[in-house]
Amino acid sequence: MSAQPRLLEVRKNVLKQNDLIARALRERFRAEGTFVVSLVSSPGAGKTAFLEKTLSLLRQNYRVAALVGDLATENDAIRLARSQAPVKQITTGTLCHLEAAMVERALEDWEVGSLDFLFIENVGNLVCPASYDLGENLRFVLLSVTEGEDKPLKYPTIFNSADVAVITKMDLCEAVECDEAVMRANIQGVRPGMRCLAVSAKTGTGVEEYLEFLIERLAESARQHAALKE
Amino acid sequence: MHELSIAMSIVDMALEEAGRRDVTIDAVHLELGPLSGVVADALLFSYEMACAGTPLEGSRLVIREVPIEVYCPACKAQKILNSMQWFCCPECGAPTSDVIHGRELAITALEVRDERPTATVGSS
Repeated sequence: MSAQPRLLEVRKNVLKQNDLIARALRERFRAEGTFVVSLVSSPGAGKTAFLEKTLSLLRQNYRVAALVGDLATENDAIRLARSQAPVKQITTGTLCHLEAAMVERALEDWEVGSLDFLFIENVGNLVCPASYDLGENLRFVLLSVTEGEDKPLKYPTIFNSADVAVITKMDLCEAVECDEAVMRANIQGVRPGMRCLAVSAKTGTGVEEYLEFLIERLAESARQHAALKE
Repeated sequence: MHELSIAMSIVDMALEEAGRRDVTIDAVHLELGPLSGVVADALLFSYEMACAGTPLEGSRLVIREVPIEVYCPACKAQKILNSMQWFCCPECGAPTSDVIHGRELAITALEVRDERPTATVGSS
């Protein structure tokens, strides 16, 4: 006969494995002085155009590279390669998000040398990527003006997990009658105090402010690293 | 939907625990916060699939959903959020991003029975 059932108390974080790898990645990036930004958004929000612009402008003065997650194609990596920055595709197959182990694996045999900035473009998905820490310094959530002002309210979890919101395709704002103020208020609703940028990768609107923000964060991170060493 | 891979992690972790302690598992208790990005119904559905063909087949997944709890800087106290759409204190309305609970995705307990000394539970 089976023994009597009893309750065994345990405490195990289900994503512990991912979190451990992410922590090791973060430590490694910190030691190497690389500032890491991940990008999440729904499909078609303009992550790749935004990243292409970012890479081509930053690479003039900084060492930059990008990892790009996609389900099936390498189209994004090919597009981003036009910026002449090193780009590597992570094809996830059926997986709807990136995990820390994929980032670790992608970096293994990639001879990019030391970097100032590494960008990680997640799979276009506003649900699943929220759960996975990739070891990044900042998580950007992008939403385009064509998606409706209430996108943050529909996907509060991913907006809450992000550090910075970027409203994209600002050149279309008027044409699609997007109320930027309402969109910003909704972002603040799900994540009070979140830094919010508005850009157009096409016309360059807001790009300068965005790059200044990134460069400042890189400098701040370097200062913190130096202070820790002392 | 990433609940299936989460469910498989849960099954792996529970089996490892069962193997280590020489017990069979009737149920896995899980704490789940809305900010974990995991949907309870989808997870329950996936759990059954993830258990199939393993020693956990037929076991239950018991989910306790944890509400989002924030720290209100104005009230200087922990408060349970009314709505995921508005991160503000339910009493004074002060906005806050200081999340204390709600991101949980953790196994908290296992309902187990001790194995007879000769029996073994595989962890594969």
